[in-house]
Amino acid sequence: MSDILDMTAVELAAAIRAGKTTAVEATEAVLARIEEKDKELNCYVTVCREKALAQAEAVQAKIEAGELTGALAGVPVAIKDNMCTEGLLTTCSSKILGNFVPTFSAEAVLNLEKAGAVIIGKTNMDEFAMGSTTETSAFGETKNPWNTEHVPGGSSGGSAAAVAAEECFYALGSDTGGSIRQPASFCGVVGMKPTYGTVSRYGLIAYGSSLDQIGPLAKDVTDCATILEVIASHDEKDSTSVAREDTDFTKALVDDVKGMKIGIPKDYFGEGLDEEVKNAVLQAAKMLEEKGAMVEEFDLSLVDYAIPTYYTIAAAEASSNLERFDGIKYGYRTPDYEGLHNMYKKSRSEGFGEEVKRRIMLGSFVLSSGYYDAYYLKALKVKALIKKAFDDAFAKYDMILGPAAPTTAPKLGESLTDPIQMYLGDIYTIAVNLAGLPGISLPCGRDSKGLPIGLQLIGDCFQEKKLIQAAYTYEKGRGVFPSAVKKA
Amino acid sequence: MANIISDETIEYVGILAKLELSDAEKEQAKKDMGRMLDYIDKLGELDTDGVEPMSHVFPVQNVFREDMVTNSDTREQLLSNAPEQKDGMFVVPKTFD
Repeated sequence: MSDILDMTAVELAAAIRAGKTTAVEATEAVLARIEEKDKELNCYVTVCREKALAQAEAVQAKIEAGELTGALAGVPVAIKDNMCTEGLLTTCSSKILGNFVPTFSAEAVLNLEKAGAVIIGKTNMDEFAMGSTTETSAFGETKNPWNTEHVPGGSSGGSAAAVAAEECFYALGSDTGGSIRQPASFCGVVGMKPTYGTVSRYGLIAYGSSLDQIGPLAKDVTDCATILEVIASHDEKDSTSVAREDTDFTKALVDDVKGMKIGIPKDYFGEGLDEEVKNAVLQAAKMLEEKGAMVEEFDLSLVDYAIPTYYTIAAAEASSNLERFDGIKYGYRTPDYEGLHNMYKKSRSEGFGEEVKRRIMLGSFVLSSGYYDAYYLKALKVKALIKKAFDDAFAKYDMILGPAAPTTAPKLGESLTDPIQMYLGDIYTIAVNLAGLPGISLPCGRDSKGLPIGLQLIGDCFQEKKLIQAAYTYEKGRGVFPSAVKKA
Repeated sequence: MANIISDETIEYVGILAKLELSDAEKEQAKKDMGRMLDYIDKLGELDTDGVEPMSHVFPVQNVFREDMVTNSDTREQLLSNAPEQKDGMFVVPKTFD
């Protein structure tokens, strides 16, 4: 089967069930593609060839025995390298975790394995998920499969690029301020950040715990809903996990938006938005309107305050979460030191990269005595105002429509020189994390350079089904999006 | 630039963050943090008097569960990640004189 890699995850699982191919064949095809492409693209930090083939054989036997019947059974998946995988190197793309082998797997990964997933490897990312380009990785940048002179976005850039390059059938990413939706947008794939608490964070190496969520990166909306249905679970091991009854997300794969109310925030279409991105996104809105949705503009307000609020809260949480990396129990320890405190300081200074240190220092500062009220507490109050602005919007609309990012993928090497400029690229995704909302990004066109443009839909808490339904309807109207491999 | 970060502040943040910075890194950190704080100062434009700080978006308070051991003994695997180990324990630099 030469075209096996073209299949979506759901199509592949159906073909395996029907006996037209096997989990082993699919795994071999993906490994061959990685062999061929990944030297250039660098989507993966670790590829576990032997383990994947053994897992594929075991899964195939269970499928044939009728023990595994799920919609994803036998399908190879890539996991972002900040999710723990038992016995498999998990680095967070950082030198400080360069040799870390977890003794347990993240709950989301276990849920996939129970459903018959075959884990191919761990994908590259910005170090500790801090970055928007995958260039802060300690293991080299990932390149955008559409054009290797451009970044794939970040921080889940390896996951998005691997899906686009058909180096896996789908991937897991994590999203703290847009880290699933923005790379999905830059790589022309579908990415979804669910409502906070929908997917267990157990085994996800923490960055900003109140903002982090795991979610799928996939070839289409059907795959996206199917994956989310499998990974969503209530987990006692994550005290912020929410017990939901409505996780049958595939029920929302319905081609109909009649009567849906869609709000377009005027504040999302102002200064800084690329003209081609704007036109493609408004074109998508028009199509949903033609299909029966009610679309109107409104003022969301507070949009400019989301980024400073986010960086205060995320840095504060990061400074606390990353204290555990001390060179004692796991990870990197400096070879030369004098005493305990010098060992801590040198191990951390040599183990962390620049962007991570920048955020740890900012976070330590905003939490320090004398500045806590002025910075951290102030940010938590503005967060409450931002949540209120979304509550007001969702009193009127079923969802909010806008771009996922102000531009298409920038060129490699252009973003890191000015951190604040890079942070501004998160303007449309970041508030969603502050308010705990679900958001989906899906491709809605390409710019004149041929790079994909992402449409973002944002829903109220627990309203993933509305997003999935609207996204599915849009996708049906749009037709098949070209593949990064064939560029057509 | 409104926020000038002093040498003392950077020293202090270095202690809190447990990071050792070279002189060049300290200068860069002063600049970066100053710029970032200038940017964050934008939040001062908003009147937040009487607004309750929101740490969690859902009204979740304490979440309890029974304190039961569910994991097995993985001492060997856990220790195998340690930079230095001896007799089933983590080796740390001398802490007391």
